[in-house]
Amino acid sequence: MDQLSGGEALLRALHDEGVEFLFGYPGGAVLHIYDAIFNQDKIEHILVRHEQAATHAADGYARGTGKPGVVLVTSGPGATNAITGIATAYMDSIPMVVISGQVESRMIGTDGFQETDMIGVSRPIVKHSFMVQNPAEIPLIVKKAFHIATTGRPGPVVIDIPKDVTDPKTKFGYEYPADIKMRSYAVPAKGHSGQIKKAIDLLMAAKRPVIYAGGGVIQGEGSQLLTELARKLGFPITNTLMGLGAYPASDEQFLGMLGMHGTYEANMSMHYSDVLLAIGVRFDDRVTNSDVTKFCPDATILHVDIDPASISKTVAADVPIVGSVTSVLEEMLSQIALAKQKVDEKSLKVWWDQIKHWREKDSLAVTPSTDGTIKPQEVVQAVFEITKGDAYVSSDVGQHQMFAAQYYGFDKPRRWINSGGLGTMGFGFPAAMGIQLAFPDAISVCITGEGSFQMNLQEFATCMQYKLPVKIVCLNNRALGMVKQWQDMQYGGRHSHSTYEESLPDFVKLAEAYGHVGIRIEDKSELDAKLKEAFSLTDKLVFIDVWVDPEEHVYPMAIKGGAMKDMILSKSERT
Amino acid sequence: MRRIISVLMENEPGALSRVIGLFSQRNYNIDSLTVAPTEDKSLSRLTLTTSGDERRIEQITKHLNKLVDVVKLVDLTEGAHIERELMLIKVKASGTQRAEVKRTTDIFRGQIVDLTNSVFSIQMTGASDKLDAFITALGENVVLEVARTGVSGISRGEKVLAL
Repeated sequence: MDQLSGGEALLRALHDEGVEFLFGYPGGAVLHIYDAIFNQDKIEHILVRHEQAATHAADGYARGTGKPGVVLVTSGPGATNAITGIATAYMDSIPMVVISGQVESRMIGTDGFQETDMIGVSRPIVKHSFMVQNPAEIPLIVKKAFHIATTGRPGPVVIDIPKDVTDPKTKFGYEYPADIKMRSYAVPAKGHSGQIKKAIDLLMAAKRPVIYAGGGVIQGEGSQLLTELARKLGFPITNTLMGLGAYPASDEQFLGMLGMHGTYEANMSMHYSDVLLAIGVRFDDRVTNSDVTKFCPDATILHVDIDPASISKTVAADVPIVGSVTSVLEEMLSQIALAKQKVDEKSLKVWWDQIKHWREKDSLAVTPSTDGTIKPQEVVQAVFEITKGDAYVSSDVGQHQMFAAQYYGFDKPRRWINSGGLGTMGFGFPAAMGIQLAFPDAISVCITGEGSFQMNLQEFATCMQYKLPVKIVCLNNRALGMVKQWQDMQYGGRHSHSTYEESLPDFVKLAEAYGHVGIRIEDKSELDAKLKEAFSLTDKLVFIDVWVDPEEHVYPMAIKGGAMKDMILSKSERT
Repeated sequence: MRRIISVLMENEPGALSRVIGLFSQRNYNIDSLTVAPTEDKSLSRLTLTTSGDERRIEQITKHLNKLVDVVKLVDLTEGAHIERELMLIKVKASGTQRAEVKRTTDIFRGQIVDLTNSVFSIQMTGASDKLDAFITALGENVVLEVARTGVSGISRGEKVLAL
C-alpha cells in the first residue's frame, strides 16, 4: 500500500477513475494539489484562462465523449467563477466532477482570504457535494463522486478540499475502492414491464403517433435503439434541442426540432397527435410553450425517463415508465416483436399524408438576398456542406444557436454541444476546446455570435498553448440578436441595450494578436471560398467573422401563451 | 392538504441544509420541521409538515427521494398515524388568574413545570390542533411566550420507517 499525501492521493484516484484531462486554474488553496500534478504524468492538466471556461471545457468533453469532465479550481473566486459552468452542466444533466480548494480547516468560517462556502453556494446546482475532512477519505469520496456524477440522471458533483487535507507532510496508506455501494443512492433499475406493455398496446392502437425524444436518449446512449424502434414502428419522430442527433436528421421519418423554434411540421404533429411517446425529455417550457393546459390536447402521454421527478412535473403522464432508456427501449423492441397486435398502418398512412402536407410549408426555407448580404442560415448551411455534416458543433446562446440547431442536420448523437437548459452565453468556445482535446483529429466548430463570443474570448490563449485548431464561425450581426428580435416583436422595436456596433473589436486582429488566423467575410460571393479556406487550415485555430444580415429573425417561433400549433412563421405570416 | 413527511437520512454535515434548500429552491413551503438522530447514530429522522395538492406532494416526495443523503421516506398522512408536538408555553398567572390557568391546563392534560408569583410555564403534548386550541382557550392576553417543537409522527400498527 503506497503512502500518499492528500494531493497525491487525489491525482492517483483521478487516474484510477480513468481521467485523461483536468481543466483547471491554480491558486493558493490548491497549490499542494498542483505540486502533485507537477510530479505525475498520467493526467494532462489544461490551464484555462478563466475558471468558467474550465467548467465549460470539461462539460464539452463530457458531452462529446460521454465520460465525466473534471475541473480543478481554487477557493473563493476560483470556486465562484466555476458556478455558471456547474449550473450549465446541472441543467443539462452532464456528468462532471468539480474539485475546489478550500481554506485550511481551522480557518473555515472566519472569513479568511479567498474563503467562500462552496458547498453552500453550489448546493442548488449540484447533484451532490462532499467536503473532505481528512486525507484518508479522499479515495472513497472520489469514488462516490464519480459514481454519483455518472449514474442515474447524470450531473455535476463538487468535492471541496481544505488546504491542510492535501498537505504533503501528512501521508496515509492509499487504496482505491474497487466497488461502491451507497444505501442512500440507488440507480433506477429497468423499466416496469407492465407499464411497457401498456405503452406498447397504446402505440399499436395509435392513429396519430409521435415520438418526442430528448437529451436523455443521448446521455443514456440510447440513440441506436431509438432509431431501431422508430423505424420498426414507422412513426414520425422529433428531437428536442438537447436531443438533436438522437435520431438522424437526414432520415425521412425525422420531423426536425420541435418547440419554440421548431419546424412547422414537428409542432403541428405534436399538437394533433393522439399518442405521444416522450423519451428522455422533461417537457421543458421551450417545448410545451408557457401554458401547459393547451399542450397536445388529444394525446395520451407515455413518458420514459430515468428520473422519477421528471415525470408529471409539468405535464401529467398517462403511462409513466421509470428506467434507463436503453433498458426500456430494449424491452419495447422485444415486446413489439412478440406482440400480436401490429401497428395501425392504415391510420398511419393517413397521418403521414397530413404530415407531408405540413412539411410542404417548408418552414425553414431561406430567401437569399439580392444585394450580397449574407443570411445567417446560409452560413450554417455552408458549414454543413464543407464539414460534410460530420463536425462536432458547439454553440453559444441566441439566434446563432437556433440557426445552428435548425440548419446543421445532426445524424449522430454527441455532435451537437449546446447549453440548452441554462442558456449560457460564453459556453461554446471553451466547450469546443474540450471537444478538440477529446477528438484531436475531428473538426470542432463553434458556431457563435459576436455577443456570446466576447464572454469567454480569453480562451484564445488556451487554444494557442495547447495548439487546439478550433474553428469559430461567428455570425456577426452587430447586436444581441435574440434580445433584439424580442424587442422588435414585443417592445415596439426599442432596442434597449442590445446593440453596440460602434464598439465592436476587429475580430480578425484580435485572433491574430493571440497568434491565430482571422478571416472576415462580408459578401455572399466570398462565403464558400473563404469558409473552405478556413477549414483547410486544419492545424490552426481560425476565427471566421461572418457579417450577416442584422435584420434576420429566427422562425418559426411559438406564440407566447399559445399551443404548439400556434406559430409565427415569418415577419408577415402566422398560423 | 396538510401532509406529514418523515425522512430517514444520513446523519452527515450538510444533509439538513440540502433538504431545507430543496424546499426554498422549488418554492415548496415547510410549516414545521423537527430533526434528531435515531437509535442508529448514522441516521437522522426528519419530520416536516407541508401542504399542497396531490401533484405537488408527489413532486416533493420525489425530489426528497432524489437527494443523495435521503435513505427512505414516508408520507405519514397517507395512512393511519400518530402525530405529536411538544409545546412549552409561558403564561401570565397572578391572583385569580392562577386557578383559571391551572384548570384550563388540567382540562388539556398539560403540566405546569415551572412557576413564579406571576408566571406559569406549562408543558403540553398533542396533535398540533390541540396545542392551537389550548392557546385559544387561554386567550391572547395571557400568553407570554410559546416554544413548539414542530410535529413528529409515526405510523400506526406494524408499519415501520427503518432500514
